[in-house]
Amino acid sequence: MRHLVVAGNGMVGQRLVEALRARDTAGEWRVTVLAEEPCTAYDRVALSSYLGSRDASTLALVGDGFYDGAHYRAHLAEAVHSIDRHARTVTTAKRTISYDALVLATGSRPFVPPTPGADLPGCHVYRTLEDLDGIHAEALDARSAAVIGGGLLGLEAAGALRDLDVDVHVIEVADRLMPQQVDAGGGEALRRHIERLGVTVHTGAPASAIEAGPDGRAARLVLPDTAIDVDLVVFSAGIRPRDELARAAGLGTAERGGIAVDEACRTSDPTIYAVGECAALDGRVYGLVAPGYAMAEVVADRLLGGDAVLTEPDTATKLKLLGVDVASFGATAGPLDVVYANPVDGVYKKLVLSDDAKTLLGAVLVGDATSYAGLRPLAGRPLPSTPDQLLLPASDGTQLSLPGDAQVCSCNAVTKDQIVAAVASENLTDVAGVKACTKAGTACGSCIPLVKNLLTECGVHQSKALCEHFSQSRAELFELVLSSGIRTFSELVAQHGQGQGCDLCKPAVASILASLGTGHILDGEQASLQDTNDHALANLQKDGTYSVVPRIPGGEITPDKLIVIGEVARDFGLYTKITGGQRIDLFGARLDQLPAVWKRLVDAGFESGHAYGKALRTVKSCVGDSWCRYGVQDSVTLAIDLELRYRGLRAPHKIKSAVSGCARECAEARSKDFGVIATENGWNLYLGGNGGFRPRHADLFATDLDTATLVTYIDRYLMFYIRTADRLQRTATWLESLDGGLDYLRTVIVDDALGICAELDAAMARHVESYSDEWADALNDPVKLQRFVPFVNAPDATDPSIVVVPERGQHRPARPGEKPEPALVAGPTLKVVTR
Amino acid sequence: MTLAISPAVETAQDWRRICRVDDLLTGRGVCALLGIEQVALFLLWDGTVHAVGNYDPYGRAYVISRGIVGSRGDAPTVASPLYKHVFDLRTGRPVDDPDGPALTTYETRVVSGVVEVLLR
Repeated sequence: MRHLVVAGNGMVGQRLVEALRARDTAGEWRVTVLAEEPCTAYDRVALSSYLGSRDASTLALVGDGFYDGAHYRAHLAEAVHSIDRHARTVTTAKRTISYDALVLATGSRPFVPPTPGADLPGCHVYRTLEDLDGIHAEALDARSAAVIGGGLLGLEAAGALRDLDVDVHVIEVADRLMPQQVDAGGGEALRRHIERLGVTVHTGAPASAIEAGPDGRAARLVLPDTAIDVDLVVFSAGIRPRDELARAAGLGTAERGGIAVDEACRTSDPTIYAVGECAALDGRVYGLVAPGYAMAEVVADRLLGGDAVLTEPDTATKLKLLGVDVASFGATAGPLDVVYANPVDGVYKKLVLSDDAKTLLGAVLVGDATSYAGLRPLAGRPLPSTPDQLLLPASDGTQLSLPGDAQVCSCNAVTKDQIVAAVASENLTDVAGVKACTKAGTACGSCIPLVKNLLTECGVHQSKALCEHFSQSRAELFELVLSSGIRTFSELVAQHGQGQGCDLCKPAVASILASLGTGHILDGEQASLQDTNDHALANLQKDGTYSVVPRIPGGEITPDKLIVIGEVARDFGLYTKITGGQRIDLFGARLDQLPAVWKRLVDAGFESGHAYGKALRTVKSCVGDSWCRYGVQDSVTLAIDLELRYRGLRAPHKIKSAVSGCARECAEARSKDFGVIATENGWNLYLGGNGGFRPRHADLFATDLDTATLVTYIDRYLMFYIRTADRLQRTATWLESLDGGLDYLRTVIVDDALGICAELDAAMARHVESYSDEWADALNDPVKLQRFVPFVNAPDATDPSIVVVPERGQHRPARPGEKPEPALVAGPTLKVVTR
Repeated sequence: MTLAISPAVETAQDWRRICRVDDLLTGRGVCALLGIEQVALFLLWDGTVHAVGNYDPYGRAYVISRGIVGSRGDAPTVASPLYKHVFDLRTGRPVDDPDGPALTTYETRVVSGVVEVLLR
């Protein structure tokens, strides 16, 4: 009877012994197992369940009495230390045993990426029952844990920790989850599922250090652009084969680790085999149990004189990770990919096809792996039907104009389907209801027009009321203010509205009052109506500072003025950036700095650029026929004249313009609210363009105009828009909503069909006449300057919450993680009211 | 939690004087700095003064005092200037996001024309 020694009793080592025992009916072999762990083999694939169940017996793979017989023995907690190939013996701490055949099933060890602090208390690996005992003991008191590694095992670990009510962060160095099994799209679908479960995912994020807290335990995980407070760190960043025993014995190993084996799982010594995660076939190590089991079967066969060989290991994977189906087989990318993605249901499916689209090479399925069973057998074979039929769910054909899975609100990832469903099930009747129910439109708000359209599609009749305080539309309020002579908000809301107003109606009425020329926007009660941008005469940025944009009409500026802007930016430490409107934006001014910044600018001849207002912004220009070889008109002069004419004009929304000196259109005038393009004979006028959320090219309104007629048409266009548009309606949507569209607009502006052209002309004349620079006026009024005092009880203090970090020779606001979170660390404690 | 506070205890409480009520504009906020803490104060149309934290938990910046004051039904409100989240000035709660993060609220009173905020 020959003696087989098996080093290791993991899943694969055990499988080998069982396979041999089942087939060795003649009793050729007696077997001794030498295992490092203190228990016999257990189901490591299901290891995570142990964190919840704490019952190792459910994982046990070895039946009672299996190793009690004379021919099958196991020595636990007794790892092989060395191999003497010449003597054919192995040595443990307790004994030396001779062998006729040796199988190395030593498995692998967890890979811990070299990270400062990885050896701190609170840092764990995730491999054995013992590891999990340690994790469990600490997880009970932990609030937050980081799992380093977003592969199979990492996600398993994350799920188990989450079930212990720990906030889990998964840190993956690759750009997606499960980079070995799925492609970018599948990784994204998986991420969405997992984040929905409350697990935070950081991809493309190598952990750069683990910092200790005061108690010396791991307390903080540092990532490239953030840091996370953690009580527990679990490394599951992959495995490395345990090949040290084989190396010391002089057996061949693969370049990237692993004991080199041939197709019979033989090492370079024909009496020694290697199986499972420690073995490298053709230089590659397989970390899945299925290839390991295949190896075990091959070795069992060979030991009994068979000639089994290992075919290409099957790396097909199908599993449920945190309740999400994930499956892949064959190639994950290839000559031709056919992809179906449904972000609503978190389904991502990809077929990898040969370049003639006839043969299936592989597939990735996330979120719905029902077709796995049918597809996997087709690998390497001709497709039985079209890729669509294999991938697509049955269609019900009820498509509205926007696809159901289209994301309407990209900030909160709300799709059309979700909104339509909420409107139906909750009987929603307005945008506010949709916001409350679905969160769509609650972040940046740019999707609110789309939400309104969806409500209409759903058959909801929407009121034109401005808000709960006014039943009138903005246009109706404009006419009301115009005709009634009311010039304050409080009077208007008392006589024609209800309540105290809000952030919708107050700025809308303020804009109406400003369009009608009621003095400085910070005069008296008007000031309290203004949005913070208009109130500070500057643009609020995310950190509470403001940006400053001096007017540079037509984009033309003298070297001296350029120098002044540079000096002001330098002296006040402002970040500078060239805008899309041919101006220079100065960022990072505190509220209290704005008057001093503007004093310098006004003294140098600058005026407000109204970048903060729903008003004319810029009139861009190309350099025109003054310099350009192709220019046919003086576009710069016209742009400056137009910008100076309409500067300070308040409107329902911002107004942008441009003038191009020839048909090459370098000023991009057709993307503007009004654009002018030079012709040999004069100017072409385009109306109703914009960039933004829904880009629209402006429509050609009139051709070959002389300058005076051009200006008259623009005057009337702008004033008609100001009188009749909705709140925050750009000219593009206003024009589209006009009954009769562009033709109707021509009858109003050119033919005076409504008989209001004289009124419109007079209104614009009043505007041009009464213009004065808002910033110069503010600097001359101590009452207005009071509005720039940062703290009512500490006028000279600077805002301590503003923190910047350097970047490319300037600075930017610190991101979360780069500055301390808002917490009381000093100063008086205020009583917090609880109700 | 409701604590029965005897008048004797109340006089021992630390009411901090912030500014004159005349320094406030009806329907517009101001900010007060107390240590490193920022408190937004609002004088409403009915003469009451409300105080909430100046920190916008959605926008993550200290800007609430610069928001537009108004009403939603009976509730006096302020809309953050960053992303226009509307908060009930009485409770600090976000009006359109019932489970969302709230502003801190503070007790205030006006004594002889001076606005005071309660310190612990």
